[in-house]
Amino acid sequence: MAYLDHAATTPMLPEAIEAMTVQLAVTGNASSLHAAGRRARRTVEEARETLAEALGARPSEVVLTSGGTEADNLAVKGLYWARRNADPRRVRVLASPVEHHAVLDAVHWLGEHEGATVEYLPVDAYGRVHPDALREAIEREPADVALATVMWANNEIGTVMPVRELADVAREFDVPLHADAVQAFGQVPVDFAASGLAAMTVSGHKIGGPYGIGALLLGREYSPVPVLHGGGQERHVRSGTLDVPAVAAFAVAGRLAAERRERFAREIGALRDELADAVRAAVPDALLGGDPDPAGRLPANAHFTFPGCEGDSLLLLLDAQGIECSTGSACTAGVAQPSHVLLATGTDPDLARGTLRFTLGHTSTRADVEAVAKAIGPAVARARTAGLS
Amino acid sequence: MTQTSQRPLRVLAAMSGGVDSAVAAARAAEAGHDVTGVHLALSANPQSFRTGARGCCTIEDSRDARRAADVIGIPFYVWDLAERFREDVVEDFVAEYEAGRTPNPCLRCNEKIKFAALLDKALALGFDAVCTGHYATVVVREDGSRELHRASDMAKDQSYVLGVLDEKQLAHAMFPLGDTLTTKDEIRAEAERRGLAVAKKPDSHDICFIADGDTQGFLASRLGKAEGDIVDESGARIGTHEGAYGFTIGQRKGLRIGHPAPDGKPRYVLDISPVNNTVTVGPAEALDVTGLTAIKPRWCGTAPSGPGTYTAQLRAHGGETPVTAWLEDGELRVTFAEPVRGVAPGQAIVLYDGTRVVGSATIATTTRRAAVSA
Repeated sequence: MAYLDHAATTPMLPEAIEAMTVQLAVTGNASSLHAAGRRARRTVEEARETLAEALGARPSEVVLTSGGTEADNLAVKGLYWARRNADPRRVRVLASPVEHHAVLDAVHWLGEHEGATVEYLPVDAYGRVHPDALREAIEREPADVALATVMWANNEIGTVMPVRELADVAREFDVPLHADAVQAFGQVPVDFAASGLAAMTVSGHKIGGPYGIGALLLGREYSPVPVLHGGGQERHVRSGTLDVPAVAAFAVAGRLAAERRERFAREIGALRDELADAVRAAVPDALLGGDPDPAGRLPANAHFTFPGCEGDSLLLLLDAQGIECSTGSACTAGVAQPSHVLLATGTDPDLARGTLRFTLGHTSTRADVEAVAKAIGPAVARARTAGLS
Repeated sequence: MTQTSQRPLRVLAAMSGGVDSAVAAARAAEAGHDVTGVHLALSANPQSFRTGARGCCTIEDSRDARRAADVIGIPFYVWDLAERFREDVVEDFVAEYEAGRTPNPCLRCNEKIKFAALLDKALALGFDAVCTGHYATVVVREDGSRELHRASDMAKDQSYVLGVLDEKQLAHAMFPLGDTLTTKDEIRAEAERRGLAVAKKPDSHDICFIADGDTQGFLASRLGKAEGDIVDESGARIGTHEGAYGFTIGQRKGLRIGHPAPDGKPRYVLDISPVNNTVTVGPAEALDVTGLTAIKPRWCGTAPSGPGTYTAQLRAHGGETPVTAWLEDGELRVTFAEPVRGVAPGQAIVLYDGTRVVGSATIATTTRRAAVSA
C-alpha cells in the first residue's frame, strides 16, 4: 500500500495515541469544580499552553473546537456577525476563491442568508492572492468590510499565501483577516503572533493528532458571535464539553509538528521532488499544479493535471494497484466536479477534470514514490483511452 | 457452462443502491472475480432523499450502493453519466411519446448506457465485463459464442429489457442472478445473510427519472398542453384530451369520455395521431393485431436468413405469443399465429427460440385484423 493522501488525513503519531489513551481512562469534566474536574481542567490548560507555544500564540488565544470546519465557521460567521453588529455598514466579506469548502460555503451562506456581499479576491495562475489585490478590494470602501479570509496554504495545489503581507494590509484598515492554516501547520512556519492575523484555523488529524479536534486561534480583541450556544466553555465564543483525551493528544501532535517541521519539510520535500520528477518522467505532458517554486508551496504536496484523462479513472486504476491518492476536488453526490481551485486559477474545465493530488506525510517512504513512478505512466495511458465521458 | 465458473475476470458491477445489484456484485466477488462497484449518477440534479419508495438517482441511493460495496469489500466509485442518460434515454423517451409511440426507457438505458457508455469506459479501463442485477442468463456455447436466455425463474425474467444487446455487448455482460432459482424473498434473505443493509429496501418501479411516478405530469411539463379531439372509429368527435402524447395504444383508463359507447362496452385507445393531435378510440376487438413491422433489428448472434417461427414478447412482463418473423428491406416483419391485443408502436418486440433470445426490434406499424369493420 502506498498511502499518498496525507492532506485528507495522516496517521496518528504514536505519542499522540499514547496521550489520548491515557486520558481516555481518566474521568473528569473540565468545567467541574471537584477534584476530577480540576484534574481534567489542568490537562486541558496544559494542552492549551502547549498548542499556544507551538503556534506562536498566547494560551488565551486558543479556542478549542471540534475541528477545522467548526473553527472556520466560527471565524467567518462569528466575526461577520460581530463586526456587522458593531457597525451595520460592514456587510462586505472578502474571500479567496480557492478556500476550502468549510470557508467557501460559510461565506456563501452569509451571502444567501445574512445579507453579506461576498467578494472573491483575484488569484494568479498558482492560486495566490496578492496583497495588492486585497488592498484594492478594501480600499474601494474600507468602512463596509466585515472581514477577509485567505487560507494559509491551499489544500489542493499546495500554494502558500503571503499571509504576513496580507495581514499587514488588513491591519492598515482595521479589517480582521482569518486564515485557514489546516494544511500549513507542520509544513511551513506558522506563528500566529508574527502573522498579524485576527484568527487562524488549525486541525488535529492533519498533523498526526486525533479526528474531531481543532482550534481557532483568536486575537484577544475579537469576540465573534458564537455558532454553538451553551455552556460557553471556550471564552464564551464556543460551547460544548471539552474532549479531554482529544485535546491532550492534539497538543502532543501540535508540539511535535512544530518541533519536527524543519526536518519534515527538508526530508519530505525531497521525497516530494522525487515523486514529481518521476511523474513528469513517465508522463511528460503532466502539468504541475500550484507554484513550481518549492518556497511557494507545501513541501508534502504534488498536484498534477493529466490532459485527456478523467481524474476518477486514474484514481480507480491506481487504487487497484494499492496507491491511495485523491483527485483533490470536492464531490457532489460522489460525482466528481472540476475543482473550484483549478477553475479559479483559470484552468480549462475539461483539463481540470484530470487532476491527481499526491500528498506525503510522516509515514511516507521512497517505496511509495517508486510505486507511483511505476504505475502512473500505464495508468495515464489507459485512462486516456477511456477519455472524458 | 455459465460465466461464474470461468477464470477470474475484472468485473465492473453497476450498483443502483437496490438489493438485486448488490447481491449480484456480492455473488460476482464471491465467485472469485476482481469486482469494482460503480454507481451511475444519471440525474444532473440528484435529490438528496427518495421521494416515496421508488426511484434511483438520489444521493441516498448512491450511499446505499457505497454501503453495500463496503460490506462486500470492493472498491466503489460514482460515475457521472447524466449527460449521456439525458440525451440517449430521457430525450428519446420524450420524443417517442411526442411522436405517438410508447417507449421503454429501461431497455434504452441497457442498450445505450449500461452496455454502451458504461461498458465502453469499463473496457477502456481494463475491465472484462459489466455485471448487473438483471434476471437473465448468459450461456457460453462450446465454440465460445454467447447466448442470452430467460432467467431460470420465468416470473422474474428480465431478458426482454436486455433483448437489445448484440453479441459484442453480451460478450462482456454478467448477470449473476439469472441462473439461480431464487424468489425475491430469497434474494432479500441472501442480502440479509451477507450483511447488506439494502436487504429490506423497497423495489424500484416504473421510471427512475420520474421520481413521483407521474409520467403524464412529466410529459406535460416537457411537451406542454396540446388540446385535441378524441374520435371514434368513424371519425366522430366524442371527447377532448390535453395532449395526444399522454396516451398508449390499448389504454382504457383515463380517457375521460363523459358518455358511454352506444353498445355500452369499454373503449380503448386504438390509434394516436400526433400530426393532427387526435386520439382514436374503439372496442377491444379493434385492437386485435395480426402482424407488425419493426425497425432497428438487433440480433444476439447472426441474423436469421429466412422466415422462422419464434415466440415473441411485446412488452415488459408480457406473455409469449407464437409468431412467424423474417427480415425484409432491413425491417422485421412479423405475423402472429393468433391475433394479439394492445401492441404499441415504440415498444420492443423480442423474439425467442425456446428460452433463447434471438433478437429484438422496435415496433413501427401494426396490421389490424381485417375482420373488424370500421
